[in-house]
Amino acid sequence: MTPQAKKTQVSMTVNGVEVDGLVEPRTLLVHFIRENLQLTGTHIGCETTHCGACTVDIDGLSVKSCTMFAVQADGSQITTVEGIANADGTLSALQEGFRQMHGLQCGFCTPGMIVRAHRLLQENPSPTEEEIRFGIAGNLCRCTGYQNIVRAIQYAAAKINGTEFQEAAE
Amino acid sequence: MIPGHFTYHRPASMADAIKLLSDLGEEARPLAGGHSLIPMMKLRLATPEHLIDLHGVEGLKGITREGGNIVIGAMITQHELLASDVIASSLPILRETALLIADPQVRYRGTIGGNVANGDPGNDMPALMMTLGATYRLEGPDGVREEAAGDFYQGAYFTSLEPGEILTAVSVPAQPSGHGYAYEKLKRKVGDYATAAAAVVLTMSGGKVATCSIGLTNLSETPLLAEDAARAVIGTTLGEASLKKAAAAAEEIMSPAADGRGPVEYRKSVGGIMVTRALKRAAARAG
Repeated sequence: MTPQAKKTQVSMTVNGVEVDGLVEPRTLLVHFIRENLQLTGTHIGCETTHCGACTVDIDGLSVKSCTMFAVQADGSQITTVEGIANADGTLSALQEGFRQMHGLQCGFCTPGMIVRAHRLLQENPSPTEEEIRFGIAGNLCRCTGYQNIVRAIQYAAAKINGTEFQEAAE
Repeated sequence: MIPGHFTYHRPASMADAIKLLSDLGEEARPLAGGHSLIPMMKLRLATPEHLIDLHGVEGLKGITREGGNIVIGAMITQHELLASDVIASSLPILRETALLIADPQVRYRGTIGGNVANGDPGNDMPALMMTLGATYRLEGPDGVREEAAGDFYQGAYFTSLEPGEILTAVSVPAQPSGHGYAYEKLKRKVGDYATAAAAVVLTMSGGKVATCSIGLTNLSETPLLAEDAARAVIGTTLGEASLKKAAAAAEEIMSPAADGRGPVEYRKSVGGIMVTRALKRAAARAG
């Protein structure tokens, strides 16, 4: 066995705030975010890269933060669910959509869903229902059956685009 | 689940990366996208003492035309493959396949180099690379060598990479305009490895198959090139009889494991069906 690995200084910008910390190389990014930064909105679900509850936005990409080491995020720009609200503290269109459309039940997957949907709408501001479903394929929800999550994202897209939200026909 | 201790290295050049890998020996592993290696480390199925992160290495990110080949840097992610116009126009089967790999988050991080170099029989790109006649650029302490994808895979997680070598690029012959292609993948759910998958690239002439190459994913310890199956359809109009012959010839070389994806007989049977579907769809696309 190797002796206890030396800790490394890392610094990154999280939700617009410059942060730093001392981490072991093996520290996963999600643990750094939750334990060092005390930003516990990012959830740990499966820990095996399947469920997407730990999704954060890193330099414009959705990343499962349980599958990246904190040292690898040194120097990066990160947005977690805590950084999704509007600057004045009001709910963003996505958060409002999840609330209005009942896009959550137990809420465990919600931080990952919202952070992922945030990037999806940046890349594709007017996604079809199929594109939404394909775009959130890396996020698992065991409660909703996804119907209302899809509606929540459609609601947010409509609000951002200034168009009227149309309930999808059953 | 927390990985074991390791020392983290982030070299800035390939020369430094190779030197680290050779000096540190068997306890060192290169880290590309990390979406195979990090999960394995969390399960303690992999316990490298040194990780050499390739994200800081210059020159592993391009997609360029070199003569008749498209050269793809090892650190190009699946997401970057999907965004590339060169790939969409000259190697559309790569795009079709990348879309069937894992999920969006994994595609943002997972790389082509990691996918082909890991030797995981479940990965989709290796069989495709064999089908396309790709070669891999391997750089090590003794210099650079090229290896055909077809010679690279020796067993599950066992490849012809020598100690100290890193796969730095994949060179794929650009396919002729009018070629037909298809990657058919049966999986239990989005993001899963293939229960069975088949890649087909072909050209048609006068309604008959002129050239054809068929690859198989996750139906043996290594990706397979189904050469007899391809021969069974060349010169035919892909009628029912020749499709059946091709599926049977492909099934002949399959030796899948019996696991959660199904018993051996089932996986071979659906493997044959993937070959048939891919052949039909490729032919319909050929112009």
